[in-house]
Amino acid sequence: MTELTREDVLKLARLARLDLTDEEVEAYRKQLSDVLQYVAQLDQVDTAGLEPTTQVTGLKNVMREDQVIDYGVSPEDLLRLAPQSQDGLIKVKRMIG
Amino acid sequence: MSQWLPIADIAAKVQAGELKATDLVEQSLKTIEEKKEYNAIIATTAERARQRAAAIDKAVQDGEQLGRLAGVPFIAKDNFLVFGAETTAASNILKGFDAPYQSTVIERLEAEGAICVAKANLDAFAHGISTENSDFMTTKNPHDMTRVPGGSSGGSAAATVLDMAPFTIGSDTGGSIRQPSSFVGCVGYKPTYGLTSRSGVVPMISSTDTMGPLTRTVADNAWVFDVFAGQDPLDSTTISRDPAGYIDAATDLTGKKVGLITEYMGEGVHPEVQTRIREAAEKLTAAGADVREISIPSLPLALAAYYIICPAEISSNLSRHDGQRYGHSAPDATNLEESYAKARGTGFGREAKRRIMIGTYVLSSGYYDAYYRKAQLVRTKVIAEFAKAFEDVDFLIGPAAPTPAFKIGETGDDPLQAYLADIMTVAVSLAGVPAIVVPAGTTTDNLPVGLQIIAPQRKDRDLFGFAAGTEAIL
Repeated sequence: MTELTREDVLKLARLARLDLTDEEVEAYRKQLSDVLQYVAQLDQVDTAGLEPTTQVTGLKNVMREDQVIDYGVSPEDLLRLAPQSQDGLIKVKRMIG
Repeated sequence: MSQWLPIADIAAKVQAGELKATDLVEQSLKTIEEKKEYNAIIATTAERARQRAAAIDKAVQDGEQLGRLAGVPFIAKDNFLVFGAETTAASNILKGFDAPYQSTVIERLEAEGAICVAKANLDAFAHGISTENSDFMTTKNPHDMTRVPGGSSGGSAAATVLDMAPFTIGSDTGGSIRQPSSFVGCVGYKPTYGLTSRSGVVPMISSTDTMGPLTRTVADNAWVFDVFAGQDPLDSTTISRDPAGYIDAATDLTGKKVGLITEYMGEGVHPEVQTRIREAAEKLTAAGADVREISIPSLPLALAAYYIICPAEISSNLSRHDGQRYGHSAPDATNLEESYAKARGTGFGREAKRRIMIGTYVLSSGYYDAYYRKAQLVRTKVIAEFAKAFEDVDFLIGPAAPTPAFKIGETGDDPLQAYLADIMTVAVSLAGVPAIVVPAGTTTDNLPVGLQIIAPQRKDRDLFGFAAGTEAIL
């Protein structure tokens, strides 16, 4: 039985970099507990001898030449999308201090 | 009665100079404007569409040979990167995002002369079954404005039935083309995983994301699909196309072995949905197909596995939306950490945040094996059961949703109830097999019911043929 606590939810929100309101924290605590309880039915499934599936069409190590291809997108096109930029770089908030 | 000719005929007439691309684009834009109240469309790409149409008409005049979709207007779900309008995925966090390049699907459609005229509404980031999770608006079902059109490709599906364009494009990750096609009564195609490029489509579940057309007929659908199916150097998970292509496949039903999936016809499935599907099975039998019931016992488990794999991959894919490089930001934050959390906390909608949280949980240290790895093991089991079923039959059939279109607001804010509605579509996605939905009549309330037809991996060509044959007798 998985019943999440408020602290569990706050820890998850921190890991996921999500600022949540108190109301959201309580709603998600309940809803996440319900969903986790629902998916817990998989515990009962016998999967002995099976390999996990990560890729369904059997492709492996698709290689290509490492070459520069011009798709017509300039650094300026991408920088234009950034909320803040300066001197050809994306500007972010201070990391330390 | 549709205002549009079969798509192949439109392109042929544009090439012959009998129809003008500029007129087709205006006709499409006019219909979009007239049927605005359905909330199917987020934005039009009118200016670019008119320029492209004028260029195509001029090329025809100059005697140039154009492509198989010459001058054909279409509408793309707003999670496809397209020039000429913002690409928002119906989310506030991507509001204002002006795509610097186009998705491969759109590039290939344009290369054959198709013209994108608008972007369709969806559940934000394609998370949902009704478009009610769109951060902007809820699309209304063309048959009953108090009901949802399904989702997440609800805008594309509604636009198809509202006759806004000859075809629309959607994405199907766990049923997002099939379920809305059933709810509005159009043909929706979910291809074999890997047959359609994911490049330039806002990602949801990278291991199940597929792209497909929504159309009025199977022939139209195959005609469009044939243009964009196949390998793409920009998506290393893509596989090669069928050398025979996807149009004009054999439509003969005689002797075809068909399995009606027992697990999709039981408790919790609306009686009228069951009736329409049984009638379809009887018609197939009358047409010479060999229809039997077949059990795939793991199907209910597939839903539980999906609701681990789905949020896990979503939480990874949505981590790119950090408020630094593009999209909604938090300028008032005082440090970097806070600027991530604020931008994401205020930019993402309720369902996106919910899925990010669940995904973060099932992928977190100590829980990975119990949840994510276990779900991948169950996925292997589901794949094996599909493979076993396809030793006995050529195609599987069933509904695409347990109910007809439900009322707007009916599922409330109970995620589990909404997730359970995906039960008929997610197993196909986990197995990577192709499926198509064709209209199979309506309920007494005049709500459409779709028949889902499923084929083994890479049998997309056979599936189009069989679906066309089925469409003709339903």
